[in-house]
Amino acid sequence: MNYAVETFDLNRTFKLKKEKKGKDKNEDSKVIALENMNLKIHQGELFGLLGPNGAGKTTLIKILSTLLLPTSGTALVDGIDAVKYPEQVRKRINMVTGGEHCGYGILNVQETLWMFSQLYGIPNKKAKMRIEELLKILDMEKFAKTRIGKLSTGMRQKLNVMRGFVCDPKIIFLDEPTLGLDVQISRDVRKYIKTWLAENTERTVLLTTHYMAEADELCDRLAIIDQGKVLVCESPQNLKKSLTKDAIFHIEINLTLNGMEKFAQIPGVKKFAYEHKSHIGRTLLKFILEDESVISNVTESISDNGSKIAYLSKAEPSLEDVFVALVGRGLEDENRS
Amino acid sequence: MKTDLKTNLKAIIARAYVRIWAANREPSWWLTETLLPILSTAAYVYVYKALKAPEEYVGFVILGGTMSAYWIMVLWSMAAQFYWEKEMGNLDLYMIAPISRMSILLGMASGGVFLATTRAFFIFLVGSLIFKVDFSIISFPKLFAVFILTLVGLYGLGMLFSSLFMLYGREAWHGVTLLQEPVHLLSGFFFPVKNLGFAIAMGASLIPLTLGLDAMRQLSFKSGVQYGFINVNLEIIILVILCIFFLVISKYAWDFMERMGKKEGRLTLRWQ
Repeated sequence: MNYAVETFDLNRTFKLKKEKKGKDKNEDSKVIALENMNLKIHQGELFGLLGPNGAGKTTLIKILSTLLLPTSGTALVDGIDAVKYPEQVRKRINMVTGGEHCGYGILNVQETLWMFSQLYGIPNKKAKMRIEELLKILDMEKFAKTRIGKLSTGMRQKLNVMRGFVCDPKIIFLDEPTLGLDVQISRDVRKYIKTWLAENTERTVLLTTHYMAEADELCDRLAIIDQGKVLVCESPQNLKKSLTKDAIFHIEINLTLNGMEKFAQIPGVKKFAYEHKSHIGRTLLKFILEDESVISNVTESISDNGSKIAYLSKAEPSLEDVFVALVGRGLEDENRS
Repeated sequence: MKTDLKTNLKAIIARAYVRIWAANREPSWWLTETLLPILSTAAYVYVYKALKAPEEYVGFVILGGTMSAYWIMVLWSMAAQFYWEKEMGNLDLYMIAPISRMSILLGMASGGVFLATTRAFFIFLVGSLIFKVDFSIISFPKLFAVFILTLVGLYGLGMLFSSLFMLYGREAWHGVTLLQEPVHLLSGFFFPVKNLGFAIAMGASLIPLTLGLDAMRQLSFKSGVQYGFINVNLEIIILVILCIFFLVISKYAWDFMERMGKKEGRLTLRWQ
């Protein structure tokens, strides 16, 4: 079996300087970003990394893309040690980070893509053809001569995605590539990622995302990570199957900001998460229960809390439920905080 | 090996393209890089004229003004550029590309040379014409060698500074701001450096501009030698040594800073 990425007991800690008053001023503290991470990503796979903020997703991508050194452990990219032979790894990879811009405002889209293609030594003719192809696929032809300083956020992110693919890397790291994009542009990007991967079995994508639906739609396998550790690594289908024995309920109540903690204490509740939907004046409660009979205790507790149930449904397990079951909180909760 | 060299050459051209081609899209650039710099140089000329200084001093100012274009370029368009590359998110992309970091620096430098030369050329040409500077070149080959060596030395220094910017960002910015004006004094941009006294002038000779300018003054004016700090041939030898020193040390500094940045996680850290 060929692996595009392998990590062996990968650790990364960051030293943080704590500003303290008195004698212990500037005392160092440590943050563990990755803890004994072991991952194997197959060649040709679209592998997802799901995790709350600070879970270690970006740290892992930075190590694999040779931008950061691990504190200990080994990271192999296409079988090459990313610490010992970064130059060799760089020939095989590229990276796209969501919410970031690339290039110089004074260059137009075409020139920007050409400039980045040259960093990978692509012959001019080939680069030109590849750029035209990308512009067409991602519906950016009419912006080819537009200076990037004049592009909208969504268009810039599309450019960023094109920049990542222009060198046709063997392995691409996509760190939240659809962050902040509208539905249509996200759809275009996802479609392109799938097409690109399908064209050549040697290509591999490592994707981190906050969007469960995106991970569900795209990933062959995904790892849910939290506090630098891999909690589970499976296909989305198998992950969802693991919850079929549980009863999953989604309940919408009137917007309730207080007393959420006690719902998690109800006997028979395995996991609980919530999401405030202020714009419609409701709070969505997500319960994973030991069995369906527990729902009566839940509805009783909601009434006792002074909240009114607007909507109740028994849900099929989703990735979000898997995430809640494993991490103990919803991804939206993290985003909110 | 051949492929790597080709890739690096392409990277140099691509990075230079931003400066050379794209810069010309903003016509205001011509005003800020040609007419305005002449004004500050002219101010020094009028000071010397008011003080009835020897005529050569006007020529020294024009020469200093011309070379200051390269110094400003090295500081702000080369070294400090890495601060902006980091803030804009381009640094990450350069660092993960299969190219030497020196190629990006060389691309910046060669693009920068074009802009700085335009600026320098206008200061030199317009300044010489307006103030009727009487150049009397003693040795063209030596003058050319000194000019090239000074530029190479300056770029070596710029590469060294850029490694600081890469890692320290804004902190390095403050350091370079502190350097800008003192170097104008120590390098004797607008006066013969020997006036600073031997010890200070010798110390200032660590900056390639100091000896470069001194040698250029000696080689460009009839009475230039009498204002010279040390013998031109010796200055050329020291410049060669400085060039090698700065180029080699900047390579080591880059490797060291890059490794430290990756270890500490500061390489891609923004807003620092």
